[in-house]
Amino acid sequence: MSGPHAVLQNPQQPGTRERGLISRVQAGQREFFYELVQPYERRVYAAALAILRNPQDAEDAVQEAMLKALANIRQFRAEARFSTWLIQITVNESLMRRRRERTVVMEPIDNRREVGTSGEDGEYAPRDFADWREIPSEALERKEVRQRLAEALGSLDPKYREVFMLRDMQHLNIQETAEALGITVASVKTRLLRARLMLRDLLAAGWEQGWFSRLPFEKGTKPW
Amino acid sequence: MVKAEMLDCEEVWREISNFVDDDVDADLRGKMEEHFRTCAKCVSLLAGTRNVMTLYGDERLLEVPAGLGQRLEARIEQKFETTLETKPAWRTATREPHWSTWSAWLMPVGAVALFVFSLALVDQLTFKSPPRSVMAERGHNIPPDMQVVISDGSKVFHVVGCRFIHDKATERTVTAGRAMQDGYVPCTRCLREYLPAASLTERAVVEAEIGEDGQGDAQVRAGH
Repeated sequence: MSGPHAVLQNPQQPGTRERGLISRVQAGQREFFYELVQPYERRVYAAALAILRNPQDAEDAVQEAMLKALANIRQFRAEARFSTWLIQITVNESLMRRRRERTVVMEPIDNRREVGTSGEDGEYAPRDFADWREIPSEALERKEVRQRLAEALGSLDPKYREVFMLRDMQHLNIQETAEALGITVASVKTRLLRARLMLRDLLAAGWEQGWFSRLPFEKGTKPW
Repeated sequence: MVKAEMLDCEEVWREISNFVDDDVDADLRGKMEEHFRTCAKCVSLLAGTRNVMTLYGDERLLEVPAGLGQRLEARIEQKFETTLETKPAWRTATREPHWSTWSAWLMPVGAVALFVFSLALVDQLTFKSPPRSVMAERGHNIPPDMQVVISDGSKVFHVVGCRFIHDKATERTVTAGRAMQDGYVPCTRCLREYLPAASLTERAVVEAEIGEDGQGDAQVRAGH
């Protein structure tokens, strides 16, 4: 059996299986490419969406990025993570599209709210210090919660959103995030700190407005 | 004394992102942990920051449009097929064509076949065309053993003594059957009786135009 499904039926470990698929595609068996990238399509889409803020643009960017990955598959080196390589290509494609199309983004949160900061290197002062408890995992089952989280992320300035997305959603390390965005490690750390604290404040404010009200929290306690 | 070495809240805020990333040295970690033991606000901040990372790090948050995977797969396949169509195997070779493949032989064999066909067509049109002159009609019921005269420079055979024999110096006697086998046709004067009546009418017009009276023929035939 020599078709693409032969690999699907191979009970190998994911890492070994992925390396096998990469070798096949690098050798010219491009019919295995979709099988190779399929496990990461959600992640690369999320990366593109975080940058472009438009579902159709994000999907177009993902398709173009995957074709570029296919065209340059021989340049991939085994010492790198394939997922990271795909995400970096997607980020590059998305950033290029944003520059080209001058996408209008939402007004960034730090322009709307004065929270005692001054520029990227300024300190961010948290605003809410309410009691907290651990978020139950079933919270994400609710579409309303997912939507509010997406809205909060979308309200960030792009430079914070991109760092946060790569680091905390795509799980790239600090160095990989810096390379993907073409910024320094110090900038990544600064932006990441601000993004995390701003999101925390935004979600805490949402809690004050009751959008977690149907979650089974104890009366008088907050998740933040 | 110990209190003097403790961090204040703003120092904790600056490092809280690195703290959750385990990117602080042991000394700073110890000081921050000491601070958390006594500061409810910073404990809330730490918990909220971790909650943000937990929520956004969950893949359930990465919602993708319906059919994203199918459209991506179709785009890849389309690109793959387009590439195959525009770059056939014999053109993708970077050096010499692979003569072991049938497709590499297709073009030279086709060229030779076309050349041979062209030659055959030219030969058919040039050398195998039927006699076009009304003066060169094949005879009917000519006795094959009849002795006739042929000569160089003409494909007409005559009865012996015909005054229309071309280049008499080269005349020679053969049977009518042999002359017709060699492509000779009967003379319209001396062998008029063996030609179709319809053709004779046309030939009469031709003869009138060239001003020949056929007297000599009659004399010759009378002599037979």
